[in-house]
Amino acid sequence: MKRRYRPDVDVPEWTGGHYPYDILKEGTIALVVVLLITVTLSIFFGSPDEPAITIKAWSTAAPIDYAQTAFSELNGTSGTASYGAPYNQGDSQRLGPLQLEKWMGVRIPINAAQDFVLGPLQSLPGQPALTSALHTFQTASDATRNAWFDAYTKAEATMSFAKDQVVVPTTAAGPVPLMINDLTAMARSGALDQALLTRNSFYTTNYTQTLLLLSDGTYLANVAQQQHLLGTQWGMMNETGSYPGQAWLWLYTLWYQVPPYSQSSNGDVEVFGTLVLLSAFLLFVPFIPGLRSVPRRLGIYKLIWREHYRDQS
Amino acid sequence: MNVEQQWTTRLRKRAVATLPPQKLLPDTQPAYVSSWVYVFGVATLASLIIVIGTGCILAIGGPSWWHNSSIGNFCNSLHMWSVEIFFFAMVVHLWGKFAMAAWRGGRAMTWMTGVVTFLVSIVTAFTGYLSQSNFDSQWISTQAKDGINATGAGGFFNVLNMGQMLMWHIVLLPLVAVLLTVVHVVLVRIKGVVPPIETEVAP
Repeated sequence: MKRRYRPDVDVPEWTGGHYPYDILKEGTIALVVVLLITVTLSIFFGSPDEPAITIKAWSTAAPIDYAQTAFSELNGTSGTASYGAPYNQGDSQRLGPLQLEKWMGVRIPINAAQDFVLGPLQSLPGQPALTSALHTFQTASDATRNAWFDAYTKAEATMSFAKDQVVVPTTAAGPVPLMINDLTAMARSGALDQALLTRNSFYTTNYTQTLLLLSDGTYLANVAQQQHLLGTQWGMMNETGSYPGQAWLWLYTLWYQVPPYSQSSNGDVEVFGTLVLLSAFLLFVPFIPGLRSVPRRLGIYKLIWREHYRDQS
Repeated sequence: MNVEQQWTTRLRKRAVATLPPQKLLPDTQPAYVSSWVYVFGVATLASLIIVIGTGCILAIGGPSWWHNSSIGNFCNSLHMWSVEIFFFAMVVHLWGKFAMAAWRGGRAMTWMTGVVTFLVSIVTAFTGYLSQSNFDSQWISTQAKDGINATGAGGFFNVLNMGQMLMWHIVLLPLVAVLLTVVHVVLVRIKGVVPPIETEVAP
């Protein structure tokens, strides 16, 4: 029995004519044309290269933002300190009943207070007052530390920066003001950049700690906003300046702009799940009845092969 | 030993039978292959060659070269613009092939290797943006970490580790992308260009 012809799956055998075709010539012409377009665009427009922000640059331009961020690392309220996997214990996003982050566990351990504040301060030599302050802080009870944190938090709103000093109007925060002030001075000298990078090795290409610290402050985001790179500005597909960025991420970015994704605390994993599903549809479209008929129903193919259909009729 | 039983002989015979020279390097095309849409497939390949070529030149100077050298900066411009052209051509090619229902006639694998190549290319470009070592890569990495971490992959694929991302960008992902491209092109040559959609066939 002869199988039924399915227009979205089968093709009739081609019995029409052929014409001469030089595949190598076509490839060479394409290469030359694309190269010419590339060179022309490069000559006229170049490419963007906005310099990276260092901890030194951040703490110099916005010392109060830096000092407040450093304090949030110390008292455990920063984004990194309470992030969860893969950096530390904390809440994680859910995709239905699944907590994919937790399954993988803590693989890049980050202790925000130790890594971003206490460790760098301990590496500073020849500062008796700081050494004493660190000793006081580390030997204090949790209750005492929390009292210091509360006092510092209350005074933080009126924090100022004058004569290279972080000024916090409180006397009830124990050693915390001195620690934050010395850490800010360390950051402004550039020593903190090095301390974070070369803690474990002279050679390094891993910027995890530095980038996490930067992203906990508001300075990085403020610069990004000026460059129209925020998520709410469709930043994922933008580039610094007026250059085209990853425009092909438009579908990924789109979901972050619309509810329920834009309002969900599990937005990242939900967008990811949606994209996996859509990619699977695209991948398996040849096997999905209905979906594989869309091209025939759209009829764009009649435009593409108009000469063929004209000759046929 | 019988020559016909040798692995080499059997592989050669099978390869030639599957993809004879006249299919690999054809000198004629069916008459229906007549549209501007077909240009975007070869344009994608041409731009891929330029992307890889300019990437190799950038690799000679090292990751920081293009920040401090006008020649390096120009090479970076060539790399960036060829990537933009590559994606433009590939997206038009993809949707063109969708409009043509190009999976018909036993070409499902050709379609699927094309889609996977597209997805791998997106990840490859993404790691390139992470490896720029400038403000853009700082911002992209700190934002992307949340998306990657939410999937559980962040502990293995750390977007904040520039060295790891650079290695993925210049070794692992291009290897996969080029391999998939070769398979895709070979499948196109084996199966030929998909004929026009016919809603009915003559009995």
